[in-house]
Amino acid sequence: MLELKNITKKFGSKVILNKLNLTIPDKQILAIVGSSGAGKTTLLRCLNGLEKVDEGHFYWNNKEFNPTQPRQNEQIMGVVFQNYELFPNLTVINNITLAPTLVSKEKLSVAQETARKLLNELDLVNAEQLYPYQLSGGQKQRVAIARAMAMKPRILCYDEPTSALDPVLRNKIADIILQLKSQNQITQIIVTHDMEFANQIADMVFTVNALDK
Amino acid sequence: MNYIISILPSLLSGAQMTLLLFFWTIIISIPLGIIVSIGLLSPFKLLRLFLKFYVWIMRGTPLLLQLIFIFYGLPIIGIIFQRYDAALFALIINYSAYFAEIFRGGFQSVPTGQYESAHVLQLNSWQTLQHVIIPQVNKIVIPSIGNEIINLVKDTSLVYVIGLGELLRAGNVATARDVTLIPLILVGVIYLIMTGLISFLLKQIEQNYSKWK
Repeated sequence: MLELKNITKKFGSKVILNKLNLTIPDKQILAIVGSSGAGKTTLLRCLNGLEKVDEGHFYWNNKEFNPTQPRQNEQIMGVVFQNYELFPNLTVINNITLAPTLVSKEKLSVAQETARKLLNELDLVNAEQLYPYQLSGGQKQRVAIARAMAMKPRILCYDEPTSALDPVLRNKIADIILQLKSQNQITQIIVTHDMEFANQIADMVFTVNALDK
Repeated sequence: MNYIISILPSLLSGAQMTLLLFFWTIIISIPLGIIVSIGLLSPFKLLRLFLKFYVWIMRGTPLLLQLIFIFYGLPIIGIIFQRYDAALFALIINYSAYFAEIFRGGFQSVPTGQYESAHVLQLNSWQTLQHVIIPQVNKIVIPSIGNEIINLVKDTSLVYVIGLGELLRAGNVATARDVTLIPLILVGVIYLIMTGLISFLLKQIEQNYSKWK
């Protein structure tokens, strides 16, 4: 279970999130929705440790943790960025095995085996030796999912996963998210402005409202 | 032909000095340039200001002036360099400034998202630099660094002015003594061979980075 208590985030004097509380049970899919600029992405970035919160606490299974200083060998968060942010200098398989070999100190052969299994599940079998520039948008997104999953996170976060996809790919990513839910002990958090998509996949919907200044 | 063979040893010993200056300048000023570029991007305002000033002076005044200043000027205030040391020192501080600016641009062209995605995968700063950032910076800077390297081969001829026996001086001495154009033509040919070889090497390195975009 993931709990956020009294999260406050300001940029300068501008308050983006004010004493926000949120509880997410295990294995749920949470959609975070709200209008542009309301702070959805900021909330996600705080959760991922990319922004420091001004106040508040994060708890994972009742133990407090600091997202900006993750403990080694305990990957809580995985992130699929809006524009994927694959490493352009590495092949698909090396994108996926980089962190497991460097951070989790997995043997390369073990990491590669896990990577191939993920590629297989995500319909990317022939992409192994390609570089990111050779992939389509949908393929890049799935590589980003595989790269995050390879670190065995407890929570996988997506920032606007449908923003660059056509309707067919939109259904495909919805299927993948639901498939991950059924096959893994994983909680998924999806920031989206796409209400239809949110209703299609989410167990819970959390709305972030822009604060009146 | 006999004449060519008779002057070749003196030209080659001049070329040796040219290569020596070239080699040591490259070896020292590229790493120094990288360090200065990191300083230029650091959060320490005073350091940034100081380094900006240094780059401004080095790029804003002629290398010839810098050579003369160091070898003929500084002794007036009691700082005395040997000819070779003065030449090398001037070339290194001048070229480091150019390299620093090139690397600064390179670091700034790597999107922040690349650092962030490495961060959420828990790569530490050094792993991020080594596996993600530096390969991308290299790809960006290699063409500009290549230009500077070729310029450097030719700029070593400026040390002529402080009386160091490099290639151009060897040719000029022979021309003045024997009243013939041949030594100067040979000097040109030797420069062309050196820059040609270096261009070829640079092309190979560039090709190595063209596998990905």
